[in-house]
Amino acid sequence: MSQPDAEIVQFDNVGLRYGTDKEILTDISFTLYPGRFYFLTGASGAGKTSLLKLLYLSQRPSRGLIRLFGTDAITLPRERLPGFRRRIGVVFQDFRLVDHLSAFDNVALPLRVAGVSEKDIARPVGDMLEWVGLGDRQHARPATLSGGEQQRVAIARAVIARPDMLVADEPTGNVDPDMALKLLRLFESLNRLGTTVVVATHDVHLIRKVPESLIMRLDKGRLSDPTGALRYPPRRPAATNPIAASPL
Amino acid sequence: MSILTSALGALGHRWRGTASSGDPRLLPEAQLSGPMPWVIAIMIALTVVAAASGLALRNAARTASADLEGGVTVQIVTAAPAERTRQAAAVLAALRTAPDVAEAHQVAQEDLNTLVEPWLGTRPGDDVEALPIPALIDVRLRAVATPDRLAQLRAIVVPVAPSARVDAQAGWLAPVFAAIETLQWLAGGLIALLACATMAAVLLASRNALGNHRETIEIVHMLGGTDRQIARVFQRSMAFDAAAGGLAGLLLGLITIFALGRQFAGLGSGMVSGAVLRWPDWIAITAIPLLGVGLAVLTARLTVLAALRRML
Repeated sequence: MSQPDAEIVQFDNVGLRYGTDKEILTDISFTLYPGRFYFLTGASGAGKTSLLKLLYLSQRPSRGLIRLFGTDAITLPRERLPGFRRRIGVVFQDFRLVDHLSAFDNVALPLRVAGVSEKDIARPVGDMLEWVGLGDRQHARPATLSGGEQQRVAIARAVIARPDMLVADEPTGNVDPDMALKLLRLFESLNRLGTTVVVATHDVHLIRKVPESLIMRLDKGRLSDPTGALRYPPRRPAATNPIAASPL
Repeated sequence: MSILTSALGALGHRWRGTASSGDPRLLPEAQLSGPMPWVIAIMIALTVVAAASGLALRNAARTASADLEGGVTVQIVTAAPAERTRQAAAVLAALRTAPDVAEAHQVAQEDLNTLVEPWLGTRPGDDVEALPIPALIDVRLRAVATPDRLAQLRAIVVPVAPSARVDAQAGWLAPVFAAIETLQWLAGGLIALLACATMAAVLLASRNALGNHRETIEIVHMLGGTDRQIARVFQRSMAFDAAAGGLAGLLLGLITIFALGRQFAGLGSGMVSGAVLRWPDWIAITAIPLLGVGLAVLTARLTVLAALRRML
């Protein structure tokens, strides 16, 4: 993997609190580079989902600096947010499928939002659903799908528009090991096409399956293990790890 | 992997620069399922009736004003019947030679009796002839009866009939015209109030719909949907409801107008005969539902955009 020439995400002393509660993310500083595969790990309640929300612009931080695709995301005018969000695919932990839409229409949603014509939508959406094993459930509503099927629809929706960055929150939590591996291969394929992938998980086995990945570890709201040491075995020297190279 | 390559490779990144559209499938559209079409139907029906009433009153006032603006009445109020008849003939002769007078004729005694009939009665034994009813001369001027022209007429009439009174006919009906103008303002105010009520109903319905679909809206936002796209979905839904309600309201309003028209036509006299609706009025009335749809859509758009601006 060649040394990246520009960061895609930069966090600098970012803190996040809800209301007047204590900070749930404190002094978060890291840099993500294009085309890399990142895992974000940590125990439940460590702040993984909150950190991802900052990444996919669902939440603004209480303090600190966030640069996204080379632009200051803190002062980004609201009307420019959709353009940035279209560059980010998101797999939500709770799937967040649209209940009144079929599996096909849910997957097609990012394309329709982007104004892609119907004739350019049918084939890729059908192929994507076929690939995630839901070719025969295209017209099913989310309520009639199992948890695993809903998760696959959510993943298909997140990747269908080939985002610059994919953010996935526990994307394999509801699928069997075979499907988890298959979905991981999907993320890797997307990664090979140039997409930066950030997967939040506490599944160490999943992390082992992607030896080229880099690891961030959250512990009680602090990024405590940015060198990738959690991955086993740690193949990459810390000095070449872009996370380790970034100031913390 | 070939299917995946097809799925991911078919689109590339082309779509990021394309214009966004308001796809109806972004949000569920509950068409004709709520009370909104019926609320709008009632508002439009009331607006149609109020507008028709205002326009008919305006036409009645204009017709009466056109009829009366050159009209002057000369009253010979002398009590002695013979002297009254003599003065009336002299005034008539004098007026017919005046340059501004287009026409002058004495109102027939039978017509005068008919005029006073409701107050004085015509039962057997009544003797209206015994009452000193003034002789009336109906004068039609070539132009509007201005104060100057009335003064010139008095200068002609008074030498031959010192007790004569010269009045512009429009002056008698000035209170009626003032009342009609007040009613027209009332109709206009009623229409404005109905428009405000419609906007308030649409505002509440839009906020309610936004609350119901908040989660979907958040998802669409996260997928890069713009406020305008989301607003267009609500606009389209509101346009459908407003169009259906507007059509029903127009039909209801027209039925009411025709029923009222038949009732007033039965009166068959006076200013009522001038209270008709002309083609431009009918065009204005049929445009009311269109204006209602426009108002509802605009209100929905502004409400939704204002609410969305409060979301990240």
